[in-house]
Amino acid sequence: MTVQTTTSAVLELRNVTKTYRVKQGLFGKAKPLTAVNDVSLSLPRGEVLGLVGESGCGKSTLAKILLGLEAPSMGQVMVDGQEITAQDRLSLARRIQPIFQDPYSSLNPRKSIFDIVSLPLRVHGIGDKAHWDTEVRRILDIVGLPARVMNTFPSQMSGGQRQRVAIARALIMKPEIVICDEPTSALDVSVQSQILNLLGDLRSEFGLTYLFISHDLAVVEHLATRVAVMYLGRIVEESDVAGLFDDARHPYTQALLKSVLTPEPGLGVPDTQLGMAYPNPIDPPSGCQFHPRCPMAGAHCKSVAPRSVPTSHGHVECHLHDPDSPMYDAKVA
Amino acid sequence: MEKPLLSVRNLTIDIPVGGGTLHAVRGIDFDLNRGETLCIVGESGSGKSLTSLALMGLLGKNIDRSADRMEFDGTELTTASPRTMRALRGARMSMIFQEPMTSLNPAYTIGDQLIEALRLHKPVSREAARARAIELLEKVGITAAASRLSQYPHQLSGGLRQRVMIAMALMCEPELIIADEPTTALDVTIQAQILRLLHDLGQEMNMAMILITHDLGVVARVADKVAVMYAGELVETGSAVDVFNTPLHPYTRGLLRCIPLPGKTARGSTLGTIPGIVPSLVGDIEGCAFRTRCPHALPACQSAIPLQGRPDHAFRCIHEDGKRHDEEAMA
Repeated sequence: MTVQTTTSAVLELRNVTKTYRVKQGLFGKAKPLTAVNDVSLSLPRGEVLGLVGESGCGKSTLAKILLGLEAPSMGQVMVDGQEITAQDRLSLARRIQPIFQDPYSSLNPRKSIFDIVSLPLRVHGIGDKAHWDTEVRRILDIVGLPARVMNTFPSQMSGGQRQRVAIARALIMKPEIVICDEPTSALDVSVQSQILNLLGDLRSEFGLTYLFISHDLAVVEHLATRVAVMYLGRIVEESDVAGLFDDARHPYTQALLKSVLTPEPGLGVPDTQLGMAYPNPIDPPSGCQFHPRCPMAGAHCKSVAPRSVPTSHGHVECHLHDPDSPMYDAKVA
Repeated sequence: MEKPLLSVRNLTIDIPVGGGTLHAVRGIDFDLNRGETLCIVGESGSGKSLTSLALMGLLGKNIDRSADRMEFDGTELTTASPRTMRALRGARMSMIFQEPMTSLNPAYTIGDQLIEALRLHKPVSREAARARAIELLEKVGITAAASRLSQYPHQLSGGLRQRVMIAMALMCEPELIIADEPTTALDVTIQAQILRLLHDLGQEMNMAMILITHDLGVVARVADKVAVMYAGELVETGSAVDVFNTPLHPYTRGLLRCIPLPGKTARGSTLGTIPGIVPSLVGDIEGCAFRTRCPHALPACQSAIPLQGRPDHAFRCIHEDGKRHDEEAMA
């Protein structure tokens, strides 16, 4: 490797935008839907970036762009300082691998565990059958599965075991970055903790970098080192994990944190004060896109989109935290 | 003391499978008063969903259900005729399912489905039923309710569909609502709103609720009573405060250690786990089903396990305090 990088970030997004054209009804005109809107993120090697937000906010589209499954409409995605559009699918797949939410649908039911886990090696034409066998045994051992499962099929396994198979498949090529899209939300709590522990161990053992997409904020707080909060395709707040969970700035982040139901009896269900509707992304609100649901919103928020302002531990897109905004003083009141 | 609205004793569900019988639910007891919320918490395959289907009389024909008692406000459900059950279901006891997309009929409008739910059971005019549907949609927080009536399920988001399901379950003002993972498929923000709504409506209408979930956070915030289910048995029952603050069964404590607690669990630390897997429930099961995964298992755990504790906080374990103090001393 002689590629020199100007940054220590293993993964970097620069002003990435993804726009789809969505037809409205049978004869309706196609309208643009901006799923990912001018996202810039950088992920240093060995870190875990938690990406949180409600369904439809663009988390999964962002994951697809990073995996090279979707091309961004605008902007650049850099892996180790190289743009991913300049790399072919195969070499990108060596560096970035996904783990998906549902281990029931992400594993081919007709293939044995050996076939599933060794497939990346075969696709890349690495080694022969004996090598595949050694590698599969090695990786199964790492993810905590006995070698005898090699000849079984996904249907014979529990949800937790399937997710271990999915992790084994993702790691057999020794990738640098793993995109975990809700990897534990389909699992029972006792299994979830095992998988989270495994992901944590693998990260320190192999120096992996994770993008960890989840709607479970308690899990994100536990595993992530940095957190990005996404709303209608934009990163509205980004911060290190302590800053976000101890000192959230954006009203949306605060509402998300409030909605976490910790297992403490007697506290009741919190009122998020978010109102009901997640806006229609085809017809996003003007100004700050969060203003219709924001308890702090003022007239300025309805008309002017907030700019990104730095905080002590990251950055936030909110007028309440922009010293040049007329809303700056409102947060005290 | 007031007679419970629902009283269940020794409910047992057996499913014939190739090579034997699967004992999915193995003799569970509970009482539920009007206006109370009972949360049944357990992992996949523990029998919690089958329990709810058994109460509603919705089990498949090949599934064998028996109980010493399953009494709903004076009606014995085990011996009730299909006709009696049909009259109860939807009218006095209703159910909210996890998947709002599969439980709403895609070929009918929201309005048709809501109105039918009421007119099936009560002699009201279409106009009156329509007015009630609008009122309930507004109550569950749906804006522009009147115009929603002509929409089809696919035109609504998941959160809205779940609200429609709740409105439908409430059409006849039931005395008991059984909600099976009503918020699992939803965002956390919507989850909080829906749970608040169910709780407020329950208070307002003095409705009893059985909430089935695997989410301990939901349980702690919503439940009056908690029943922890493992391998077809209730291993611990009690008030939410008792079960969460002084969990007596080793399984309950194991579950609580598995989830990261914001502010308490150190970020990045190793989470607790429960080693091993749920035992097969096919064939005869003797002793404590949790013993293969329990750190405190003794040879005596292979024989029948007594129910211990008080009526309002009971647990099934041979150890006097479920070894709670030993674990605390070690921690």
